[in-house]
Amino acid sequence: MAKMLIKGNEAIVKGALLAGCEAYFGYPITPASEIAEAASVYFPEVGGTFLQAESEVGAINMVYGAAGAGQRVMTASSSPGISLKQEGVSYIAGSELPAVIVDIMRGGPGLGNIAPEQSDYNQVVKGGGHGNYKTIALAPNSAQEMCDLTMLAFELADKYRNPVYVVADGFIGQMMEPVEFPKPNRNIPEKPWAVKGTAETSDNLISSIELDPDDLEEHNRKMQRKYQEMRESEVRYQAYHCDDAEIILIGFGIVSRVIQSAVDELRAQGVKVGMLRPITLFPFPSDVIRQYTDQVSKFWVMELNNGQMVDDVRLAVENRVPVKFHGRMGGNVVGTDEIIEKVLEEESA
Amino acid sequence: MSGNILEKPQSFYSEYTRKPGADTLTTHYCPGCGHGVLHKLIAEALDDFGVREKAIFVSPVGCSVFGYYYFHTGNVQAAHGRASAVATALKRANPDSIVISYQGDGDLAGIGGNNILQAANRGENFTTFFVNNAIYGMTGGQMAPTTLIGQTTTTTPRGRTHENEGYPLRVAELLATLEAPVYLERVLIGDPKYTMKARKAVRKAIKAQIEGKGFSMVEALSACPLGWKMDPVDAKNWVQDVLVKYFPLGVTRDNISEVEGYVPGENGNGRKPLSDRELVKKIDIPSDETTTTYPLPEAEDRYKHSEIKIAGFGGQGVLSLGVGLSQMGMLQQYHVSWLPSYGPEMRGGTAHCHVKLSHNPIGAPLIEKPTILVPMNKPSLYKFEDSVVEGGDIFYNSSLIDTPPKRSDVNVYPVDATEIADGLGNTKAANMVMLGAIIAKTGLLDKEAVITEMKQIIKKEKYVELNQNAVQAGFDALQSVSG
Ligand SMILES: Cc1ncc(C[n+]2csc(CCOP(=O)(O)OP(=O)(O)O)c2C)c(N)n1
Ligand code: SF4
Repeated sequence: MAKMLIKGNEAIVKGALLAGCEAYFGYPITPASEIAEAASVYFPEVGGTFLQAESEVGAINMVYGAAGAGQRVMTASSSPGISLKQEGVSYIAGSELPAVIVDIMRGGPGLGNIAPEQSDYNQVVKGGGHGNYKTIALAPNSAQEMCDLTMLAFELADKYRNPVYVVADGFIGQMMEPVEFPKPNRNIPEKPWAVKGTAETSDNLISSIELDPDDLEEHNRKMQRKYQEMRESEVRYQAYHCDDAEIILIGFGIVSRVIQSAVDELRAQGVKVGMLRPITLFPFPSDVIRQYTDQVSKFWVMELNNGQMVDDVRLAVENRVPVKFHGRMGGNVVGTDEIIEKVLEEESA
Repeated sequence: MSGNILEKPQSFYSEYTRKPGADTLTTHYCPGCGHGVLHKLIAEALDDFGVREKAIFVSPVGCSVFGYYYFHTGNVQAAHGRASAVATALKRANPDSIVISYQGDGDLAGIGGNNILQAANRGENFTTFFVNNAIYGMTGGQMAPTTLIGQTTTTTPRGRTHENEGYPLRVAELLATLEAPVYLERVLIGDPKYTMKARKAVRKAIKAQIEGKGFSMVEALSACPLGWKMDPVDAKNWVQDVLVKYFPLGVTRDNISEVEGYVPGENGNGRKPLSDRELVKKIDIPSDETTTTYPLPEAEDRYKHSEIKIAGFGGQGVLSLGVGLSQMGMLQQYHVSWLPSYGPEMRGGTAHCHVKLSHNPIGAPLIEKPTILVPMNKPSLYKFEDSVVEGGDIFYNSSLIDTPPKRSDVNVYPVDATEIADGLGNTKAANMVMLGAIIAKTGLLDKEAVITEMKQIIKKEKYVELNQNAVQAGFDALQSVSG
């Protein structure tokens, strides 16, 4: 299909509709508001539901309800709103419901600012609500991926009956790039467990309660098996010039775009660097990273936070080679020159 | 009452097999508790209206969290306070279903206060049953928003005072201040004297939903002997003698006969799924047939990768000039990216954007060292002049910038953008004048193609021609200038 110049945030909405999403519940917040705005235009247009909820808490519980009714459903917000949604995400995970949650991260903590940060890594990737749950987290780094990974998110949510995050930063949400929209893919599986107000579903129950400790433990073990399956089947990443790299730079989202430019320039100067970009933040590409420990002299992890993903990299690397970290916060975005300087400084030291 | 329910309505399970333990015939409620009575009235009404199979019961967090042990309907258990939000989505997903949202006073009036207020205010077409027992039963008798002044609870050991905890909340009256609800009534349960009235109210509320009238709620004053630390008889009397004095029984809203009902069509929600073709069209995804692409323009080597920073004050069309460049670049086969400054930074009146046009895929969309700078006003020139790469270009709006750039290692082009636009009759076209000027000097884009495709960036039909003229005028102005 023809290319369209479009904001990442709007590409999410089109992707969602191409994936057969039927309902959107949200609450405005910069820099994610274009998602709600575009959803308010297009969802009703295709016979879907759009509702601006009373709060993020209301929105996520509406998502829970619609998911329980068997719909493909989504919500979107930015960091402070995601904090509010966490309780609902825990319920959705505990009740094993499929849902897609988009987080266009901004500066924190507290009200922070609306500039891009990646400081929700922990609350998104580690299961920010209560309980032993995990959410798949997809991290796009282009408008194209905002569409593609949103579509994938719906598929994975249904496949695992689990909440899936699409997690990007303010820049990926706000920037415009050409997007080639794929064909609709609305292969929604049967959901015999849903509660639809029909005779066939009147014995169904959506709930996360298990009073008996053994039952709740078994429920949790079952969920852990599901997460293990995700680890085995759903890891996605991009390796850029890694084959002969002596140093690998790891970053996701907007940072990976900057790293890519830095790698190009460093390569032009004869420095053998590569980039590894996790596309799934959970499941994390730990095995892939570990494999490179035989090849590289060190890893650099660059993030727009105080060092959150770097913990996962260090766990993967198991101290076999040094893992250096460089982070920016407050809405400052690491620059190409800054990355080059960091890498070269280390090498000449 | 005892937990034993004799003649069971069809809308109850005949045996409560979801309930843990050996006793699957009685409820988990305490003797004298009002919940079981209200459950039964609801189940009977669902039976009588023949809607059991369509019904979805939303259990709250509170003593009635286990509503799904009993109701042989679809069941959804909600987070504390959120039943009304969950019910909202359930009903909207399947407008044909009958959604019963059931909440206690802590759940509805405390933690879920905003949710119920907003759901009622939206006129959601579901029915809420609200058990007001003036206490948090489940957690062991703490104060509720409905706890009476002077009432002792485990968190008001000296009795509730209005100075510290405020006054008890009258929900039926509160919701009656809203336009949307069609039916609100407070009843009393637990004493046969009042049961007829309660039964009537329950039926009326559910019927309102079946007829698609909108939001209805029945508030039920109800005993909690355990939480109140009373025996069931004293508790029953306390409801009738004390509680009811603060919470008067009766209808606070009844619009049912005045509202036209909406009953969805036969096939559930009555929505016809769209074909792939229809879907793509409805969500404005361009098709190959409607999109023309142009060959990559032949420009000097240094324009094979351009990093363009455009800056000015709000209203100068800085962001849309950037979008225009990117859009046209895309149609002319470049890799492109556009990144705006956004947020409060724009509120002060300045805006800038980063545009990349490249023969190769684009890494960072941010621009630290522009190859082309386009300052539309003075502050922008001062701010970014030094960042331009050696040998780069500065196209500045000479209508508003009277001191030209000082750099001698870059190509400097004054463009009388604002004045030329004024001459065309609209200051706002200054940005497109600038676009024409940039094209004239760089050859970055094919001008004729830009003019042909102007409708891609100017959505309002009546402004297309103006902007086409602006591009041409900017182009002409710089064509004649050497440099
Ligand atoms: C977020 C959250 N906070 C607190 C609780 C603990 N909790 C469970 S039930 C309840 C109060 C319920 O009271 P009410 O709604 O009046 O219902 P009742 O038990 O009296 O029927 C509370 C505070 C919880 N489950 N979740
Ligand atoms: S604690 Fe109160 S509300 Fe809960 S079951 Fe017992 S009497 Fe009923």
